[in-house]
Amino acid sequence: MSSSSVLFDAPGPRAKRLYAAVGVGSIVVLLLVLWFVISKLNDKGQLTAAKWKPFLTGEIWTQYLLPGLAGTLIAAAISVVLAMLVGILLGVGRLSAQAWIRLPCSVIVEFFRAVPVLLMMLFLFALYAKYEVFPPERLALAAVVTALMLYNGAVVAELVRSGVYSLPKGQGEAAMAIGLTGGKTMRLVLLPQAITAMLPAIVGQLVVILKDTALGYIITYEELLRKAEQIGNYASNLLPALIVVGAIFVIVNYLLSLAAQRVESAMRRRGRSAGGPLTADPTDQNAVGAFAGPGPSDSVGTT
Amino acid sequence: MDVISEFFSEYDGLQAFRTTIYLTLLSAVFALLIGTVVAVMRVSPVRVLQVIGTAYVNIVRNTPLTLVIVFCNLGLFLQLGVALANKDSNTFINDNNFRLAVLGLSVYHASFVAEAIRSGVNTVPLGQAEAARAIGLPFLKTLRYVVLPQAFRGAIAPLGNVLIALTKNSTVASVIGVTEASAVMKVMIENRPDVLFIVFGIFALGFVILTLPVGVLFTSMSKRLAVKR
Repeated sequence: MSSSSVLFDAPGPRAKRLYAAVGVGSIVVLLLVLWFVISKLNDKGQLTAAKWKPFLTGEIWTQYLLPGLAGTLIAAAISVVLAMLVGILLGVGRLSAQAWIRLPCSVIVEFFRAVPVLLMMLFLFALYAKYEVFPPERLALAAVVTALMLYNGAVVAELVRSGVYSLPKGQGEAAMAIGLTGGKTMRLVLLPQAITAMLPAIVGQLVVILKDTALGYIITYEELLRKAEQIGNYASNLLPALIVVGAIFVIVNYLLSLAAQRVESAMRRRGRSAGGPLTADPTDQNAVGAFAGPGPSDSVGTT
Repeated sequence: MDVISEFFSEYDGLQAFRTTIYLTLLSAVFALLIGTVVAVMRVSPVRVLQVIGTAYVNIVRNTPLTLVIVFCNLGLFLQLGVALANKDSNTFINDNNFRLAVLGLSVYHASFVAEAIRSGVNTVPLGQAEAARAIGLPFLKTLRYVVLPQAFRGAIAPLGNVLIALTKNSTVASVIGVTEASAVMKVMIENRPDVLFIVFGIFALGFVILTLPVGVLFTSMSKRLAVKR
C-alpha cells in the first residue's frame, strides 16, 4: 500500500459514500458475471452431481490426480536441479575473463532465452526418438526436462551474473588482494554470496518451471493436464476436471510464491549476503517464460 | 538445401510466422487494455476493486498457459458452446481457434501487464501524486493526467519483456490447432526427420529474429523515454 495510498487522500464523508457506492456496484457486477457463468454451466449440465462426485472418490485421486501431480512435480524437481547446475556454469562462464569462454556462454544463454520452450521440447522429443537416446517410455519426460533445463539454465545464468554484479566491488578486490586467483575469487568469495542472494528468485523461478511442465501435455507427457483430459474421457466431466486441475496448480504455485517471499524477507533480516536478495522479475513468470530475464539493473530490489 | 525451399513452398513457413505475429500483436493490444484496467483496480481506493484485481493476478499468474488455452477450446467452445466466429463461414474452425487463442493469450498476459504497470506506478515519485491532489484533481484524473503517463514510460522495459514472452508463448496456440510457427515445425519434423537439425534451426532462427530486435528496441526506448528526474 506504500505507493498506492499516496494516489488518494484519506476519504472524507462524501468520498466514503462514493467508494462504498462503487464497491457495492462492483460487487453487483461481479455477482452478475458469476450468475451468468453459473447459469450457463447449469444449462449445459456441467453442475450436476454426477460431474463433480468423482472428485470425492479415492479412485480419481489414486488413478489420475496424484500420479499427474507426481509427474508434474518430478519433471519440475529434476529440471530445477539441472537448471541450477547449467545456470551456474553458464553464468560463471559469462563472467570469465577469457573471451573464448565468455563468448560461447553468452551466445548459448541468449539463444536459449530467445527460443520458445515448446519449440525446444518438440525438437528434443523428435531428436531423442530418432537416435533412441532414452527408452520409449522416458522420451517425453526427458524432452520436458531437457527443454526446461536449457531455458531455465539461461535464466539462472543471468541471475548469477546480476547476483555477482550486485556485490560490492570490495569483495572481489579484497579476494584479489590476499592473492586468490580469478577462479578462486569467483568460487570462494563471489559465487557463494551471489547464490545466497539468488535464493528468492530461484524459488520464484520454480513457479515458472512448474507451470512450464504443462507444456509436456503437448508431447504426451503424463502430467496433471494430460490426466485431466483422461478424467474427462473416463467420467465425461472434462470441464470440472480442468477446473480442479487448475485449482491444484494455483494452490501449489501460490504456496511456492509465498515461500519465495518468506525466503526473501528472512534474508533481508539476516543480511547474510553483501548484496541484497534478488527477486524474480515479475514478467519472467510466464508459462514459457520471458526472454529478457532479470538484467543487472531491473531485477535488483524491484520490490 | 532443398529443405529450405520446402519451408517456403510446401509448408508456407512465412505464413506460419505471419500467424505468429498476428497472434502476438492482437493479444498484446487486448492484454494491454485488460492489464491497464486491472492495474488501476489494484491501486484504486475502493477495497472491493483491489481485492478483485489482486485475485485476478494471483489466479491467472499461477495457472499454466497451456491449461488456459486448452480451457478456451475444450471448456469454452466444446463444452459451453462459446463461439467467437461466424458459424456459417467456411473458415469457422480456423477463425474460432485463432480468436480463442487470442482470448487465452490476452487474459493470461494481462496479469503480467498489470504487474508491469504497477511497477511503473512505483517509479513515479510521491510528490507527483501529492501535487496533483493539491491542485484538486480527484483519483481518476490524478491517474489519467499525472501518474499513468509517467508510469507507462517507467514500465516500458518490463512491458517489452511481456511482449517478448508473449511472442514466444504464442507457440502454445498450436495445442488448439492454430497453424502458427511451432505447429508447422512439428509437421515438418514428422515428415523430414532426416533434416531435424536444419528444420529446428530455421524455426529457432525465426524466433531469434522476432524477439531480439524487440528487446533492443524496448531497451533503447526505456532509456530515451524515461522521465528525467
